[in-house]
Amino acid sequence: MSFLKITGLSARLKGTAFPILRDVSLEVAAGEVHGLVGESGAGKSMIGKAVLGILPASVEITRGAIELDGMDLLSLPPAERRRRIGATAALIPQDPLTALNPSRRIGPQVTDRLVDILGWPRARAETRARELLAEVHIPDPERVMRSYPHELSGGMRQRILIASAFAAEPKLIVADEPTTALDVTVQKQILKLIAEMQARHGTALLFVTHDLGVVSKVCQSLSVLYGGKVMEATTVRDFFRQPAHGYSRALLAATPKYTDPAASLTPVPDAVIAAVQAEIAAHDRSLRHG
Amino acid sequence: MQLFRAFLLRLATTAVTLIGVAVIVFVVIRVVPGNPIAMMLPPGATEADIARLTAQYGLDKSIPAQFLIWCQGVVQGDFGTSITSNQPVLRLVLGRLPATLELSIMALVIAVVIGGAIALTGTRNRGTKVEAALDVGNGMALSVPDFLWGLVLILIFGVLWPVFHISGRVTPSLELPFTTDFYLFESVLRLRFDLWADIVSHMFMPALALAIPLAAIIGQLLKQSLKETMHLDYVTLARTKGYGENHVITREALPNAILPTLTLVGVQFTFLIGGTVIIERLFSYEGLGNMAIDAVINRDLPLIQGIVILFAAIFTAVNLIVDLSYALLNPRLRHGQ
Amino acid sequence: MASNSGTDGRSQIRRRVGLKLWLSAGWLGVLVLAALLAPWIAPQDPLAQDLFLGRLPPVWQQGAEPGFWLGTDSLGRDVLSRILYGARLALIVALVAGSLTCLIGASLGLMAGFLRGWVDVVISRAIDIWMAFPPVLFSILLIAVMGPGLVSIILAIVVIDWTRFARVVRAEAMAQGAMDYVASAQVAGRGRVSTMLTEILPNVLPTIVVLLTLEMGIAVIVEAILSFVNLSISTDDPTWGGMIAEGRTSIHQAWWVLIFPLVTLFLTVLSFSQLGEGLKDRFDPVLR
Ligand SMILES: Nc1ncnc2c1ncn2[C@@H]1O[C@H](COP(=O)(O)OP(=O)(O)O)[C@@H](O)[C@H]1O
Ligand SMILES: [Mg+2]
Repeated sequence: MSFLKITGLSARLKGTAFPILRDVSLEVAAGEVHGLVGESGAGKSMIGKAVLGILPASVEITRGAIELDGMDLLSLPPAERRRRIGATAALIPQDPLTALNPSRRIGPQVTDRLVDILGWPRARAETRARELLAEVHIPDPERVMRSYPHELSGGMRQRILIASAFAAEPKLIVADEPTTALDVTVQKQILKLIAEMQARHGTALLFVTHDLGVVSKVCQSLSVLYGGKVMEATTVRDFFRQPAHGYSRALLAATPKYTDPAASLTPVPDAVIAAVQAEIAAHDRSLRHG
Repeated sequence: MQLFRAFLLRLATTAVTLIGVAVIVFVVIRVVPGNPIAMMLPPGATEADIARLTAQYGLDKSIPAQFLIWCQGVVQGDFGTSITSNQPVLRLVLGRLPATLELSIMALVIAVVIGGAIALTGTRNRGTKVEAALDVGNGMALSVPDFLWGLVLILIFGVLWPVFHISGRVTPSLELPFTTDFYLFESVLRLRFDLWADIVSHMFMPALALAIPLAAIIGQLLKQSLKETMHLDYVTLARTKGYGENHVITREALPNAILPTLTLVGVQFTFLIGGTVIIERLFSYEGLGNMAIDAVINRDLPLIQGIVILFAAIFTAVNLIVDLSYALLNPRLRHGQ
Repeated sequence: MASNSGTDGRSQIRRRVGLKLWLSAGWLGVLVLAALLAPWIAPQDPLAQDLFLGRLPPVWQQGAEPGFWLGTDSLGRDVLSRILYGARLALIVALVAGSLTCLIGASLGLMAGFLRGWVDVVISRAIDIWMAFPPVLFSILLIAVMGPGLVSIILAIVVIDWTRFARVVRAEAMAQGAMDYVASAQVAGRGRVSTMLTEILPNVLPTIVVLLTLEMGIAVIVEAILSFVNLSISTDDPTWGGMIAEGRTSIHQAWWVLIFPLVTLFLTVLSFSQLGEGLKDRFDPVLR
């Protein structure tokens, strides 16, 4: 039983024919970690945003369905959809420096969803927040909850955001490149923390990254994206053993040593890109005629 | 500590500014041709009478000497004596100050309410016809000064649809039980809501005239700042928690969007206070500004001087308060970063 | 991609800006014509009083007299003719006071912003002190001291409003002075004043033009306010502010005495300001 099921999702730049997502389908089972990989601009973040209902106003969904825990999200009225998403899913954002409200204390930013959306009593929500902050290895949670974001380091803030994402025991978490904005030394710790929390809480995770090394460590399955289209969806084991798609192979080859997280992606060969683009064009044509 | 040093520096520059204002007014009004003393005496007064009275007001000395005498007086709380009414300037001025303060604060409140509503509505409906319409209205309100808005209001609510009083501070026939000159506040404290309604009905038109341009500025700046804030990550994160547009605008974006607006509103508020001079005249409202124009027309030098200095003091005080509250409201500054 | 909708929106803004510009310029053009041609097009002598013709309503109302299109005031003077003649004073003040203020304020601002040092200190302190004056009261005070009259009005406006130019131009000149091309001009061995005039001035000129347009509208308002408190020119001469003061007192008996000069003044001030805003948008390379 898949917990998140996206079928035939297409999106474009509002008022134009410029495609952002092309007929995307993917499934994430309960408790599974699914990686979304691809080069910058491939549409990884857009999929995460579509699931969480936070697509930019300039992007519109043209067709397809998103099913979360059996609910057809796109057919729900907006207010209801927001509430349902808030209750069952959460986001670990990319940049911890901008994802906390600078004029609010940490405590309320962790507890607000519990109190306002899920209707918990405040005292219980605060106890829960303290437990969670301790769980993500924050020393002195009491003091941190009274602090303002600017008083804390980037790594600290990302821990808080992780705690906040797990606060309502969501069944799905979208993590959008949760370590790229951090120091290399902190990256490993945060990655370990996310994996640890995910395992303990049994949460399904949609993990957006461009780093195949990270995928090999935390994910069970993955989708490879290019130009808003899924090139290949498979298990991590199969992907690293025998990548089916030419683009996947090029991507793998371009990562010199995927076990080294510091190694950056070198460009995919032009010939591969040309082939992929031809394939996408053919696909677009078949969509138009079919 | 750093904040404290900056504050002391501000106090020093404020003092310099006030002294500068005093010097300029002093010099300007002593260039007045004609002897104001001669004008206030009855016809048939002798040269000796004029000379005696001139000496009494200290007007026979050199300008620097007069300034020193005046400064000595000010330090002791003595701003001189009004020539026309023969009463201490300080008493006269303090008697009218509450009326002007009440008017300015009411105007500020109206401006904040209207401007805030414009900003929130505009942000809620950004990119739609509603926002475009608000922008056009804002542009108009900004282009035309309070004096003209006052006249427009007089025409609309004084003549075409007379629902408000357009002259005076309170209906003259009313029996006033007040012991202070803060009529608006005192009427509330004494639970005399009949009087309160009468006072508000007099005050509303001049206050609205003063408020319109400021409301437009607040609306424009705050909306711009809100719209920029709405793109930030923490706002998006709040959306994923299940919050709707209204909550996100007022609880996540607004507190951060207010700060940049605040400093500008402070400066604009001093412009608003400056505007009371002509607006009070227009609505025959018995405040400082109206008194100031009378004083100028009557060449009442000590009174003019007192009023201008008081206005300058209010202006600088407002700027100081704004800077302080900016520092206090901004958590980053508050924690000394 | 994104440029598609972007170009659309931008050209729409352009069009709206263009419309604003043309409407404002059109109204001001009409006003200039009215002022120039007043003696020929005014239906009546603006000073002629006739108590038997007092407070005549506009022609489309009952009890009107032909030839007095917009009615008469309490002394029987023709409202339309007085508005036309009033345009003369308003425009002279706008032009002369506006340009003089601009010249003095911009020069001081340019000097403060580019030469820096003690010049900047003195000018900046003066600006601070000026900002602490209530402007309306200050202008009334100056007129009371100098005595009423056209020259006094113009001087009062210049004395009060130079800071508007000085503040903005100083800031711009400082920003421009920090740029590379200015440094390279200086390295090339040109004098400071020459650099200021050839490198800085042309770059702040658009700002100055915008401010000048806005200032003209302000000058018109200041003149109206001064005539409203009866401190402008001689009380008989037709001024919009004087007419408004008269209209304010007889508002319940003869609304037309207030409304027509008020609308004229309103449109004029609005036009100057919209023209300034329109020019700002034109000059601004990055449209807001
Ligand atoms: N706010 C936006 N409005 C419109 N298009 C966007 C916006 N943000 C990104 N895009 C476009 O959407 C596509 C996918 O972007 P994104 O999902 O952010 O890529 P990534 O895979 O790097 O996360 C890109 O072509 C990008 O140009
Ligand atoms: Mg991304």
